[in-house]
Amino acid sequence: MATVGLESKTFEKFADVVGHEDDSNYLSHDHSVLSWLFTLDHKRIALLYLVTITLMFLLGGVLAGAIRLELLTPKGDFLTADTYNKAFTAHGIIMLFFFLIPSIPAVLGNFLVPLMIGAKDVAFPRLNLFSYYLYFAGSVIALTALLLGGVDTGWTFYTPFSSTYSNSYVIVMAVGLFVVGFSSILTGLNFIITVHRMRCPGLTWFRLPLFIWGIYATSVVQLLGTPVIAVTLGLLGVERTLGVGIFDPRLGGDPILFQHLFWFYSHPAVYIMILPSLGVTSEVIATFSRKNVFGYHIIAFSSIAIAVFGFIVWAHHMFTTGISPYAAMVFSLLTFSVAIPSGIKVFSWLATMYGGSISFGTPMIYAFGFLGLFTIGGMTGLFLSTLGTDIHLHDTYFIVAHFHYIMVGGAIMGYMAAIHYWWPKMTGRLYSEFWGKLSAGITFIGFNFTFFPQFILGYLGMPRRYYEYPDEFQVLNVFSTAGATILAVGYLMPLVYMPYSFFFGEKANSNPYGGSTLEWTNTTSPPSPHNFEKTPVVTEEPYHYHGKEAAVVSH
Amino acid sequence: MFEEFKWLPDQASTVAPEVDMLMLFIVVVTVLITALVTVLTLGFAVAFRRKSESYIPAPWFGCIPLEIGWTLIPVGICLVMFSWGVKVYSNIVIPPADAMEIYAVGRQWMWKIQHPEGQREINALHVPIGRPVKVTLTSEDVIHCFSIPAFRVKQDVVPGRYSSLWFQATKAGTYQLFCSEYCGTEHSRMIGKVIVMEEADYQKWLSEGAESGQALQGRKLYTKLQCVTCHTGNAEAKAPNLEGIYRKHIPISHVDGVKIKEGTKVFADDAYIRESILYPNAKVAAGWESIMPTYQGLVTEEELLQVIAYIKALNQGQTPPRTEETPTPATIQNKNPNKEAN
Repeated sequence: MATVGLESKTFEKFADVVGHEDDSNYLSHDHSVLSWLFTLDHKRIALLYLVTITLMFLLGGVLAGAIRLELLTPKGDFLTADTYNKAFTAHGIIMLFFFLIPSIPAVLGNFLVPLMIGAKDVAFPRLNLFSYYLYFAGSVIALTALLLGGVDTGWTFYTPFSSTYSNSYVIVMAVGLFVVGFSSILTGLNFIITVHRMRCPGLTWFRLPLFIWGIYATSVVQLLGTPVIAVTLGLLGVERTLGVGIFDPRLGGDPILFQHLFWFYSHPAVYIMILPSLGVTSEVIATFSRKNVFGYHIIAFSSIAIAVFGFIVWAHHMFTTGISPYAAMVFSLLTFSVAIPSGIKVFSWLATMYGGSISFGTPMIYAFGFLGLFTIGGMTGLFLSTLGTDIHLHDTYFIVAHFHYIMVGGAIMGYMAAIHYWWPKMTGRLYSEFWGKLSAGITFIGFNFTFFPQFILGYLGMPRRYYEYPDEFQVLNVFSTAGATILAVGYLMPLVYMPYSFFFGEKANSNPYGGSTLEWTNTTSPPSPHNFEKTPVVTEEPYHYHGKEAAVVSH
Repeated sequence: MFEEFKWLPDQASTVAPEVDMLMLFIVVVTVLITALVTVLTLGFAVAFRRKSESYIPAPWFGCIPLEIGWTLIPVGICLVMFSWGVKVYSNIVIPPADAMEIYAVGRQWMWKIQHPEGQREINALHVPIGRPVKVTLTSEDVIHCFSIPAFRVKQDVVPGRYSSLWFQATKAGTYQLFCSEYCGTEHSRMIGKVIVMEEADYQKWLSEGAESGQALQGRKLYTKLQCVTCHTGNAEAKAPNLEGIYRKHIPISHVDGVKIKEGTKVFADDAYIRESILYPNAKVAAGWESIMPTYQGLVTEEELLQVIAYIKALNQGQTPPRTEETPTPATIQNKNPNKEAN
């Protein structure tokens, strides 16, 4: 048993020591608009992303609301069939490519990677700003496609519908995604090199915080996977504009080839969304349990394992396309392999909590929500990796529910946990714990209310992407729509109390939650423009709460 | 709204109970695991809540037996699910040899069904109870998906190729037929009914208002499209005799115009016959010149199925005599310089 106390006073004292006047932090040292638009500071770029992706999230959320409203009744009454199809396409594209993929990596990755590894900035600050503007340009092009009239192909762009039959703005949207894809590639590249080359003295690979391991694994997937989708969209564009036969069988192409290429990226893309959340959960659980993470090495390697397995399971999206039954069996078995490292992580987090000293700050409540929803999402994945049940559940609402549990329940709960956890560091302010916990609770309840009925709908056979549906499915759809209104409240609340705290919140000290990693122990809240007064020297493993006052010496 | 509601889908095929048993197994396992995680999370949260601000808990870096346990036990569970899943899947995808055959063509946004006996229907599929039925599927335009939840079967319908699914209905009644692959504006209206009938009712239905059998319609096309001009089945033939070739191994000499190893054979199934009509150059029967014109754009998917049904039924000595009453289609004449020589 550790006997040496680590009192929160220690941190307050520390804050006094390194604390500065307000005008010297990265937010306040220059107020001009240009200093924001042309900033090379990774922390400011993170905030640019934060504002942009929040707007995209709102737009995607409004579209989700329209979809749920339409599905309240079996008949099409709120939208036309065409508008409905364009709405769910836009919802998918915006939420995936313009919100979830950049969410934790671009906002928190940008803010935290240099802070957590004791660096002044990322390896290529100019490239970093360029990535943001690529993202911005991609967003503008995608929004242009929507304003011109939208796209009705679904976010999956299946051929030959997208290449030959659709009369919507497929090419404009494809260009938008092509551009935003390069933002993702360059961000991944930047982080990989930053982690390899810019760790401070003493910060060996196995002293890295697990969030860094998560971001590193994500970056590898971004770098290796995204070029494939870029090429695939390019081929789609060539077929659509020049009539070169690649995917359309009437031109001698193969429509299933498109699905192979598409999912070769888009399955790993799911791990781009979830891996960072797994990293966040490790950080939050360690801090709020005031304890080292159980099985640190295994958790780090399981992130890498998930990233690697992510590349060899793509054909499980294609079990009903008529691929060889033997191929289906191989991909089914490989898909199960993803369950193992995911399970290891969950059990290791439980073991981290065991014997800890757990406090219930808002980030921890969100992390609990993450644990619950990620577990249900993962468990329902087993129904889909099992061939015998996948055939029935494929392309039904079961799938819709499953991936929302992973990508909304998992990834967004993780993102919310992260935003709340690092908010005092990013802004130097504390938000209201009451409203924070309330929003976490409402989000959790609203989420389950919205998506759990969809598992049953899927088992009953309701196909996805239906604008009208048979009457027998209405009861569960009403539940789902009702839940969506609760969920919307849960998501809207932080949009009020977080900005409020930014201006009027109580000032935060440098380490309000007692975190043990460099961004808490060695920087002010908010950090100075150059992050560290002195280059930190790391002498111990992360999450070293026991027996020591602080994990790091900085003098 | 509540009257139609039900918690469980109809269970109306031989594979449905198997799928449901497997489903139940996974539900039980996953509910138990989820309950375990929930109880532990909440239990630990309460038991180890922060009681003192100064208390620093002892570290716990790892525990090899525990870690091996929570790795190997899930591996075992996954292997059980995988193997059971493969077993059920084999029953779903491998049709019995004696299955009766029905053909379906999907297009934006309807299902067109043909029975070998000649019945044709749109957005409805009549099948007898207790007999395995194999549905061969193709699409005229984009990818669709032929899905019958009550039977727990589903198969994508891909343009340019044949796919198939099979089922054996066990309960008379009317069930939903969905298109479950997004296919455009009216995707959600590309639905139909599967009507499962007693054998006697089915036979009665077949005989009601049926046009001539599918193969007979194919026979008409065989002469109309001038297949018979070359595939005469006698000594003057300019093309292989098609009598009795269905589901035989045929020697071929060229693939896409490239000579290949002697003795290579191809299995003459529906897909090969379809390919040979639309892309005659793709796999050329050994010993024959590749002089056949393509029929792409000249024959619909439904007509193709009729021609195939005819070739399937074509036995020794049954090739019809060439009749001059049906003139050679102008397009074929134009496209084929060898036509004069024929």
